[in-house]
Amino acid sequence: MTLLSVSGVSKRFSRKPGILGRALDRITGESSAQTVHALTGIDIAVPRGEVLGLVGESGCGKSTLGRIVSGIYTPSDGSVTLNGKPVARMRGGNVQKLTTAVQMIHQDPFASLDPRMKVGETISEGPRLHGLWSASEAQGKVRDLLEQVGLEGAYANRLPHQFSGGQRQRIAIARALAMEPELLVLDEAVASLDVSIQAQVLNLFMELRQRLNLTALFISHDLSVVRHVCDRVAIMYLGRVVELASAADLYDAPQHPYTKALFASVPTLGTGRAAFQPIEGEIPSPLDPPPGCAFHPRCPFAGPRCRAEVPALKPAPTGVVACHLNDGGTELGKTAA
Amino acid sequence: MPDTLTPGGTASATPSAAPTRTRASRLRDFWSDFGRSPVALVSLAVIAVLAFVSFGAPWVTPQDPYDMANLDWMDAFLRPGTVGSGGYTHWLGTDNAGRDMLSAIFYGLRTSFVIGLSAGALALMVGITVGLTAAYFGGRTEALLMRIVDLQLSMPAILLALVLVAMLGQGVAQIILALVVAQYAYFARTTHGTATVERGKDYIEAARSTPLPTWRVLLRHLLPNVLPPLIVVATVQVAAAIALEATLSFLGVGLPLTEPSLGSLISNGFKYIHTDRTWLSIYPGLFLMVTVVAINLVGDRVRHVLDPRNQR
Repeated sequence: MTLLSVSGVSKRFSRKPGILGRALDRITGESSAQTVHALTGIDIAVPRGEVLGLVGESGCGKSTLGRIVSGIYTPSDGSVTLNGKPVARMRGGNVQKLTTAVQMIHQDPFASLDPRMKVGETISEGPRLHGLWSASEAQGKVRDLLEQVGLEGAYANRLPHQFSGGQRQRIAIARALAMEPELLVLDEAVASLDVSIQAQVLNLFMELRQRLNLTALFISHDLSVVRHVCDRVAIMYLGRVVELASAADLYDAPQHPYTKALFASVPTLGTGRAAFQPIEGEIPSPLDPPPGCAFHPRCPFAGPRCRAEVPALKPAPTGVVACHLNDGGTELGKTAA
Repeated sequence: MPDTLTPGGTASATPSAAPTRTRASRLRDFWSDFGRSPVALVSLAVIAVLAFVSFGAPWVTPQDPYDMANLDWMDAFLRPGTVGSGGYTHWLGTDNAGRDMLSAIFYGLRTSFVIGLSAGALALMVGITVGLTAAYFGGRTEALLMRIVDLQLSMPAILLALVLVAMLGQGVAQIILALVVAQYAYFARTTHGTATVERGKDYIEAARSTPLPTWRVLLRHLLPNVLPPLIVVATVQVAAAIALEATLSFLGVGLPLTEPSLGSLISNGFKYIHTDRTWLSIYPGLFLMVTVVAINLVGDRVRHVLDPRNQR
């Protein structure tokens, strides 16, 4: 059963020129308006109970997708629905979130908690304002939640700066869980924590996931963490999904050249030598994405077709892959059989 | 233990045990931090004494300078330390109407405090509203509001206050209004600057994506986090308001001498500055200077204590 459905979602951020810029545009006859294509044509369906990983380099659009799913942004095209209902809409130039069933956990727990609000109130204000908790039961519920995430109930009266990073991230998780969400969006939720603390928070997440049958979008650039946590993984590159497969298949047999390069670039412990191969070149500018397959300037297998034609996501031996190699070859004029 | 002063009560629906204890301990830390500067402590003591003698003026002064019936022509221009017809010593002398200068200064200080505090508080409220609205809603609202503020900050506050008082007429309420209009811009700009930074932080995004209503995000998350720098601006602006009022009164558009403020006392004495009756201007001037400097020193210390970089 599909819980979250992302269909045809694109997101463009445009910077409109100011008064001076517009005057210059009029004189030169050119437009200085710049548009960033953060996401292009994303289709993802997440069934209830699944943890889907979103992986990619910085700037690939994974966080933008997380924010769109969380109702912080609205997509430029396409739709995001939860149980068939839209997550957010635009009203009077502002984004209006329509559901409380998606909750987000941010990357930096030092920034995501109001420094001047006691954690008990931080956790309880959402449920209180949305009528999930009554005033009389709030205190007990906060205590329960804090204990659920492995903290003491008495911590409710403390301020965020009295906690360590790992503890704060637990508080952020408690805040998200307080809203009884159907979908959690974890945006690099452990990236800013120490490795040992990362493990603790991940174990907590796995445990809660089992107990509460959580559905989640797990955004990360850390391939080993994703393998540990996710059921399926989507690899993103420059605003598009290039490969989507179950975690086991993806790690055993990556299909897309970018996925392969990504795995090859991960430094591994214990080999005693530098076994990793960084990906050649830089990620292209989303202001001016290359024509055809966005990965072709860095791809060792790129052919003429890759420079001309955008590959579509097609079923592969495992999962789906957007690569011409999987779809009739990289020469021009050939199409899929 | 927390070491920040969180202003404003936490009067919310959330039941949290012993909020007073945490708030009290936070306040205690604030004071112990504050007290590490002897200069600030002395300044605070000076302000306390000045506030006591000015607000208690009717009880601590030998004479009511408002009451013309108390004034005796024979006592005019007595030198400091002379005993007048009332049988008490005029420690700071008397003026041309036989007013006891010490009494007049205490009464004048009261007017100055009332004007400075009310103008400061009102300007703070107006400035916060303007600054928060601009920062949170952005776009055209922000452009319009902040351009007005910029425009105002580009001309001297005294000039604006002069024009306004000239239009509104004399009186305490008119002066307060003029000072608020002249000074809210400083609060608005500080609020706007801090709020723009805070608005971009994850905790605001987290609150909006919960979702919490806009008023809640603005008042319970954004406002408490922009207040600390405003407390500092507020102390400085109270001092500035007192100085501005004195300037207006000195220039003759503020308060009349029958309702003495420090400015009008200085102005009155200024007429005799070229004679040997210099005490008429110098003593009210000294009180004005000490008051303004003391408030500024306290404000400086508050800024230091509230600066997160100095927190343990």
